[in-house]
Amino acid sequence: MIDCAAWIGPYPFREVPHPDPATLVRVLERERLTGAWVGHLPSAWHRDPRPGNAALFAALAPYPTLLPAPMIRPDWPGWEQMLADVVAKGAVAIRAYPQHWGIQPGDSRMNALARACATSARPLLLTVRFEDLRQRSPLDVAGDLSAAHVRALARTGEDVCIVVTGAGRELIEETHWGLTPVERGRVYWDFAWVWGPPEEHFAHLLRTMGAERFVYGTHWPLRLTQNSRANLDLLPADQRDPGITDAGSLSPRFVREMPT
Amino acid sequence: MPGVAMRELPQTAPLIDVHAHFYHEGAGRSDWARLNDARVRAGDTIGVTYHVASVLGSYGHTSPTYFPSPADVTRGNDAMAALAASQADRVRWYATVNPNDTRHALAEIERCVALSAVGVKLLASRRADDPLVDPICELAARQRLPVLHHIWQHRTRDWPNQEISDGLDLACLAARHPKVTFILAHLGGGGDWAHTLPAIRETPNVVADLSGSGVDRGMLDQAVEILGARRLLWACDLTMETGLAKLRALDVIGLAEGDVMDVRWRNAARIFATGTFPRCELA
Repeated sequence: MIDCAAWIGPYPFREVPHPDPATLVRVLERERLTGAWVGHLPSAWHRDPRPGNAALFAALAPYPTLLPAPMIRPDWPGWEQMLADVVAKGAVAIRAYPQHWGIQPGDSRMNALARACATSARPLLLTVRFEDLRQRSPLDVAGDLSAAHVRALARTGEDVCIVVTGAGRELIEETHWGLTPVERGRVYWDFAWVWGPPEEHFAHLLRTMGAERFVYGTHWPLRLTQNSRANLDLLPADQRDPGITDAGSLSPRFVREMPT
Repeated sequence: MPGVAMRELPQTAPLIDVHAHFYHEGAGRSDWARLNDARVRAGDTIGVTYHVASVLGSYGHTSPTYFPSPADVTRGNDAMAALAASQADRVRWYATVNPNDTRHALAEIERCVALSAVGVKLLASRRADDPLVDPICELAARQRLPVLHHIWQHRTRDWPNQEISDGLDLACLAARHPKVTFILAHLGGGGDWAHTLPAIRETPNVVADLSGSGVDRGMLDQAVEILGARRLLWACDLTMETGLAKLRALDVIGLAEGDVMDVRWRNAARIFATGTFPRCELA
């Protein structure tokens, strides 16, 4: 099982312990995960994606289970070539942070990026939030990704594949039930921020949407990696082993060979 | 599920959740019984020996959650007492009060203790350092009741529907009442936990529960470093999956086994009256 939501590098608004690839490899082994889609955390607040992407590929090179998920911003000159370059270098998914770039839902540039990712057979990886709103720095004014962003991107083309991490039940349901059945099939969600018991939002979503819509994400190094597995372990007895999707299956042609 | 470990859950050592909530038919939710069942079921899966719980009035149905009316306080406490009586082997409870109705609050504590309440729950009805809270703490001292106080970690502004307090406010109250143990609620429950830890460090009669939906890496490590394991209490509040995550994290952040036991249950056993948790003490 692949962790679709991991980063390396420091976080601008607080200290996070050991956000380095070697530590991530040890954590994945401890959690018995086969690998992770890894982004460069500080890049979310950078303007030019290139230095962060270069740092990401260099840092991950020695670690075959850490799969690069670099950032492409479609309002940056030359982004199409940048996308082609990172795909050629082994990117397994493409991160975008439209809320950090001031890009509104339905913006043609984001739609173009979604279509370009589909052409490259890479999932477009979106992050709803890095931290709880209640503890966010006054300087962190981007706000959460909206359901409208996701709905617009899911409607851009039949080959589009979108993975959304860090959403709660409300955003997931608003998006899912605001799409056609075909469009829903283009969107996957991690459940790191979805509440378990006693509210049992996760169990509810599995029942109503289907387990295949969900992938495994931890939000390391920001959050405890134990949380997603705890959510699985506390499912009601009739929902144990729900059969969620392995994010690794969403870009099968490009996953780097794993050590056996 | 292939590829993700489904580990054997820890069932061997005692475990006390010092911050739990139950619902009742006056709580405005038709699924209130399902919520209560889900908490007990998840608690059994995690290995919770005792839930120390409260009912917050009508949870906003007939008066605000954090400003409950006297009638809702009483009705909620009655529901909590009944639930605790029906599950006496695993549920203990706090008497919830609103300090704005001082006479009612004091009478309610006396009444609830007679019904087996083991602590006092204060919400966000009045800021923690307000003198109006003093009579309640004086009664808690006489009755040797711990006080679980709802806290916002580092309040930088007012938030709607609550008169929030933070670690500094609670430290002021605790300094005035050194014989009372105050449980600072949900270190992971929103706001900036990093501010809370130094705010209460020099006030030894404040301990922190680890509950809340927040599972920031580094929070447990810093809590242990600044407060020490003997001032931390494991708890879940509204999200039991985050409680389980933090429980598992306690095993990998380098704590000695004795420290883990302190956080799991021994600190709670020390804070509450002797005999409150007989199944733990037997273990």
